[in-house]
Amino acid sequence: MIRDITIGQYYRTESPIHRLDPRVKLAGTLLFIISLFVYSKPAGYVTAFLFLVFVILVSKVPLRFILRGLKPLLLLIGITVFFNLFWTPGEAALKIWKLTVTWEGIQSAVLLGARFVMLIIGSTIMTLTTTPTKLTDGIECMLKPFRLIKVPAHEIAMMMSIALRFIPILLEETDKIMKAQQARCADFESGNIVKRAKNLLPILIPLFVSAFRRANDLAMAMEARCYRGGEGRTRMKPLQYQRRDYTAYLILFLYLVVNAVVCFVLTAD
Amino acid sequence: MSIILDHVTYIYGKDTPEERHALKDVSFVVPKGQFIGIIGHTGSGKSTLIQLMNGLLQPADGMVLFEGEDISDKDYDKKKLREKVGMVFQYPEHQLFESTVFQDVCFGPRNLGLSRKEMELRAFQALRLMNFPEELYYQSPFDLSGGQKRRAAIAGVLAMEPDFLILDEPTAGLDPRGRDEILGLIARLKEEQGKTILLVSHSMDEIAGYADRILVMSEGKLLMDGAPKEIFARYRKLEEIGLAAPQVTYIMNALQERGLPVRTSPITINEAKREILRVLRHSTL
Repeated sequence: MIRDITIGQYYRTESPIHRLDPRVKLAGTLLFIISLFVYSKPAGYVTAFLFLVFVILVSKVPLRFILRGLKPLLLLIGITVFFNLFWTPGEAALKIWKLTVTWEGIQSAVLLGARFVMLIIGSTIMTLTTTPTKLTDGIECMLKPFRLIKVPAHEIAMMMSIALRFIPILLEETDKIMKAQQARCADFESGNIVKRAKNLLPILIPLFVSAFRRANDLAMAMEARCYRGGEGRTRMKPLQYQRRDYTAYLILFLYLVVNAVVCFVLTAD
Repeated sequence: MSIILDHVTYIYGKDTPEERHALKDVSFVVPKGQFIGIIGHTGSGKSTLIQLMNGLLQPADGMVLFEGEDISDKDYDKKKLREKVGMVFQYPEHQLFESTVFQDVCFGPRNLGLSRKEMELRAFQALRLMNFPEELYYQSPFDLSGGQKRRAAIAGVLAMEPDFLILDEPTAGLDPRGRDEILGLIARLKEEQGKTILLVSHSMDEIAGYADRILVMSEGKLLMDGAPKEIFARYRKLEEIGLAAPQVTYIMNALQERGLPVRTSPITINEAKREILRVLRHSTL
């Protein structure tokens, strides 16, 4: 059951989106998210939705994998929608007991819900189509300009890739420790919240100890191979833009322009 | 009292592209009082097998019976099973978490809901059984040496006083002396306490001298089941699946091929010595 948690949930298949340079996908995701805030009108969201559908179709990732990313956040979306529905002042549309639903409330709830869902789906597509290693490569590349203001780009990327690499290892370790404690009749399922939290100690303590031990080993192994940070370090596979990457940038740019036209020219109030 | 595996099958990652049969139609009986060695290569299904016997995994098909009851029944009390079937995982020292060794050993008995007195008594007895140095009872388990940690962790399982004790490679990563110590202690548990031992290993030499019976696993199937002498006699077959008989078996076979009329059945160095001396004495007479 513990293996169901997927972070760095790469979906292996062949598609134009998978082949894109990670920098394109990072920039694309970032711009798409920004576009959701800038073009926050119903017409803008329809355009954004169409663009998203296009990307999903091209990525060849089954829809259920994409929607899976929404599941843990459903509650948060639900709460946001709920509060917007009932607590937005304006013209009353419906009265349930003491609560009033306003037309303004409905509009902002739908817009907010849609923004949330598209935001998550947008970033889920990026993680589904990009391996964690490529992703960190891309991040390192994009952070490079910020080195001028002393942002340790390489170190941040290295920390991220190590963290990502360790997730499956620690999950497996958790599974093992959990089973070992279960074999000693440990109970993780009954009792109130305080008791349950306390019952987790027999898992958490060994897990932390093992994480530190592994970190120590890894640091030692890196030291032994003369690792000394990013300075002067070259890559075996440097990131290089291909023609398809420029095409992707062009499509992205077209989306932004089209959405701007839709929002500010066609449906301008 | 026995554990029965009846046509047990287990599948990892069911209904995903990575579906893999970890166990295929495995059946055997573990009667009380035996010392059973389970041998197989990495990925042969040994670890899956023992987790099924402790109710940590559910079989996809077939049944695991303990004292005649199906342990995957919904209303079966797993606590009762785990009290009676103790399980020592690989590198058990990684499960230590309490502030003192003694408290850690008490963890199992406490989960059984025993009285404080009974719990502490069992912890003491378990630590004594594992020959754990008394002056270290109240030390942090994280300050111990590797071998001591392992003995403390095994004591943590013994303190529940199981009748069956399953150990998954209990000697992994120990030096030869630590290994012999642990194996000696486990053998004593069987001799003196009458406990049933199931010991998973990938080294024939390690279990040859202790086991009454050996189960050989290969690719999720139970390939052989019998007394050590019978198993080792088929050492050619063992080699085919990437295992080997104890070194002594090879020496005895080689001696016989060169014309020394020894029996090839000895499996420990002592037995071999006696056999060779016996033959030599005969031939000089």
